[in-house]
Parts: sequence; structure tokens; C-alpha cells
Amino acid sequence: MPLIKCENVSIGYEGQTVVKDLDFSIEKGDYLCIVGENGSGKSTLVKSLLGLKSVEKGQIIYGDGLKQNEIGYLPQQTDAQKDFPASVYEVVLSGRLNSRGFRPFYTASDKKEAFDKMELLGIRDLEKQCFRDLSGGQKQRVLLARALCATRSLILLDEPVTGLDPIVTGEFYGLIRNINRDSHIAVVMVSHDIESAVEDATHILHLQERALFFGTTEDYRKSRVGKTFLGGAHDGNDR
Amino acid sequence: MMEMIVEMFSYPFMARAFVVGSLVALCSALLGVSLVLKRYSMIGDGLSHVGFGALAVAASLNLAPLAVAVPVVIVAAVLLLRIRGNSRIKGDAAIALISTSSLAVGIMVISMTTGMNTDVYNYMFGSILAMSDEDVRLSVAMAVIVLVLFVFFYHKIFAVTFDETFAQATGVKADLYNTLIAILTAVTIVVGMRMMGALLISSLIIFPALTSMRVCRTFKSVIVNSAVISVVCLVIGITVSYVWGTPAGASVVMVNIAALLVYSLIGLLRNKGE
Repeated sequence: MPLIKCENVSIGYEGQTVVKDLDFSIEKGDYLCIVGENGSGKSTLVKSLLGLKSVEKGQIIYGDGLKQNEIGYLPQQTDAQKDFPASVYEVVLSGRLNSRGFRPFYTASDKKEAFDKMELLGIRDLEKQCFRDLSGGQKQRVLLARALCATRSLILLDEPVTGLDPIVTGEFYGLIRNINRDSHIAVVMVSHDIESAVEDATHILHLQERALFFGTTEDYRKSRVGKTFLGGAHDGNDR
Repeated sequence: MMEMIVEMFSYPFMARAFVVGSLVALCSALLGVSLVLKRYSMIGDGLSHVGFGALAVAASLNLAPLAVAVPVVIVAAVLLLRIRGNSRIKGDAAIALISTSSLAVGIMVISMTTGMNTDVYNYMFGSILAMSDEDVRLSVAMAVIVLVLFVFFYHKIFAVTFDETFAQATGVKADLYNTLIAILTAVTIVVGMRMMGALLISSLIIFPALTSMRVCRTFKSVIVNSAVISVVCLVIGITVSYVWGTPAGASVVMVNIAALLVYSLIGLLRNKGE
């Protein structure tokens, strides 16, 4: 059973349909990249996957033990966070909230989980640092650690490398790759960086109001859509 | 010194002013951190003007002031929160609209009934004499509710303040907590505004949060420091007001300004030292 299955999904704002007739599924351990131009409906789809926006038509089904509020989400950073006084530990720990329900305080196992994730992402020594004083790459690691605290099976990243320099971007993609392979956590990444997307992803969903393409990365490279968007560089040149 | 303090507390109105003032300062500091960080600083200012309008109408109709003002300001607070984002009139403009409208309504009502007198002056700039026994009871109840809710929902308030989208995605009902903060802010403002003045009460929400953020680097320490700074500044301010006969609200704000300057200096020195 897939973790997430979208059946004939259409989403819109006030009667204006933004994306329509989407059919795709995300299996355990998949690495799905959602690509497309600005305004192609990527962010809207993300909101619906998270349950922040209801669908107009069709349905999104969560399976294989995944609940809607157990998606590890890494959102785009907001203005308010630029001068927010919070320690790295406080931010990472807040990822455990969905396991709390109405109980008000964190348990020892929540705290251990937070430390484990910080260890995993190499930010254990930043624990007491203030979030606003970190570099762009460090901030993304912190938010990734928080996302990992919130899930056991799937993380959803919304344009995670925006504003990062090429070296840090490379490192970040490496982290995601490791998490996907070693921890068997499915990855859904929204990106406009198609070239990097096909390097790591197992599946591609190419949006342009509807799905221009959904399938494995191999098939995407061979497809007409894929060839057009990737240019000639990747033709018959599989890693 | 001791004599002066003993004398000060021998007046029942001073004792009431200290109790109500400290509790209002405590609540507004806790709520203020979240409001300032969420870019809602002006909400306090807007709500106090609504409170002024409501008090004026209540006085002209011979109704109990708090029984009218509390519900009206709560409705205004919830409305102002809703308006953000999904509306044609954006948040800051909406606050300005609502606050000046309420002020105008209040002034019109007063001028048509009692005329512009000392009452109006006291509403605007606050009076240390304004606190009754009923206010003491109300402020104690309010402070207990705010403290209990704040401790109980602390982690959720942090999550909603830091990253509303993530909080919602992990199943936190962000709207519920935003509404809760708005309602508590409304009650705090109504209770505190007759002492601090409609024009100055919002300082209690903004100053302590900004002051502690100059130096503190974790959310928890910002919260604790804001609460302490706020209560200390209020106590000093009221004492100044008693000793030199200055208006209570303005004295408290002056002390808050001094605290902000001191903390900014400490923050600057610390950054240089690193």
C-alpha cells in the first residue's frame, strides 16, 4: 500500500482550478521530485498533501501507517524567523509536537529523539545556539532535523536549497540522499532545479497545471517532456 | 525610604494599583512576546482604542464599564486576527481603521453626553486612582487563567509563533491558539487601560518583549525575562508616579524606555565582545 495516493485530484482557489486531474502515488522509500515552473501548482499541491488546503475533486489517501499529521515538513523560511529568539534545541524539539496530542510537556524520549536527529545531521554542537545567528545551510539542517522528529516514514521539502550557495546545496542534497537510503524515509521534494532533481530522485512529477509527467526518473529522461526540459545533456547518459 | 514604602502601601488605592498593575504587566509581557514575534505589535494599540470607545459608550448609557468593554474588545481582537491575509484591507490598515473609528465614536459619544471632562482625560492617559476592588478580583482571575493556559500550552504557542505552517501541518490547531492569544490580550488590555491609559497600555505588550530580545537568545529565556522586566518596570513606574505625582501610565512607559536602552547597550557590548 502506498504512503500517499492521489486519485484524480483537483485543487483550486475560489473556483479557479490551479492543478487538475492528478494521479500519482508515493511508495515507501521513494524519492519523488515535484518539478515545474513558478505558478505551476507545486506549492498548492504541497498544502493539500499536508491537509492545509482541501481538494476540490478526487481524494488523497494516506496509507502504510502514515497519518496526515506525521509528514515531516520542511517549509520555506518566513520573515518572522529572521530575528526569532529560539535555540536550535527548542526548534528541533518542536517537531515532536504531533506525538503530544493534548499532553502539554515533552517526555524524555521526545528529548532523546531531538538529540538523535541533531546528531544525525551534524548539528549537535549547535544545540544552544540561537536560530537567527546560524548560516543558511545550518538553518536548513535545523529545520530538517525538526522535520525528521515529526515523522517516521516521509519528509516533504519545499524548495529547500533556495538561497544556499552551490557547495552548501551539494551537501544538503547529500544529506537528503543519505536519509532516504539509510533511514528508508520517503522523500518528496519540490524543486525548480530539474537537473539536480534527476540526479537523486527515483520518481519525477512534472506539473504544469496538470501532470505533464509522472513516473520513474529513467522514463522521465526518455520522455518527450523530460528531453525538452533537461535539454540534450542527459540523453542516453545515465550516470 | 522604608517609611515612604510603608506609607505608600497604607493607601488602599495604591495597594490596588500595585496588585492590578503587576498582574496586568505579567500577562501582557507573556502575550506580548508572541504578538511581537508574529508581527502583531499594533494589535494592542488598536484594541485599547476600541476599549476607549466601548468605555465611553458604556458610561453614557450608564452600564457597567467592564461588562460592555470586555466583550466588545474580544470581538475586535478576533476580527483583527481574521482580517490578516485573507482580506482586501490588509492587517496594518485594518488596525488603523478600527482604532481611529472607535476613538472617534468614543469622543462623539462623550461630547454629546457628559462633555469632555476629567473622565476622558483619565481614560486617555490613565489614573492610579481608577482601580476598584472589582478590578482587583478581575485581574487576579485573569492572571491565573493566562498563567495556567500559558504554561499548559507553552510548547504549542512556541510552535505556532515560530512557524505557523509547520505547526498546522503537524496537527496543531493554529487558529485556536491565535484566537486564544487574541482573547487573552483583549481582556488584559481592558483591565489595564484605565490605569495605564488607552494611549499607553500597548507599551506593556511591546516593550518587555523587545527589551528581553536584545539580550536573550532562547524563547524560554525571552518569556521569563519579559515577565520579570515588565513587573519590575511597572513597580518602579508606579512608585515614581506616587513620589513625584506624575501620571502612572507615562511613568511606567518612561521606566520601560530606560530598561530598553540598558538592555540594548548590554546586547551591543556582548556582540562586540564575541
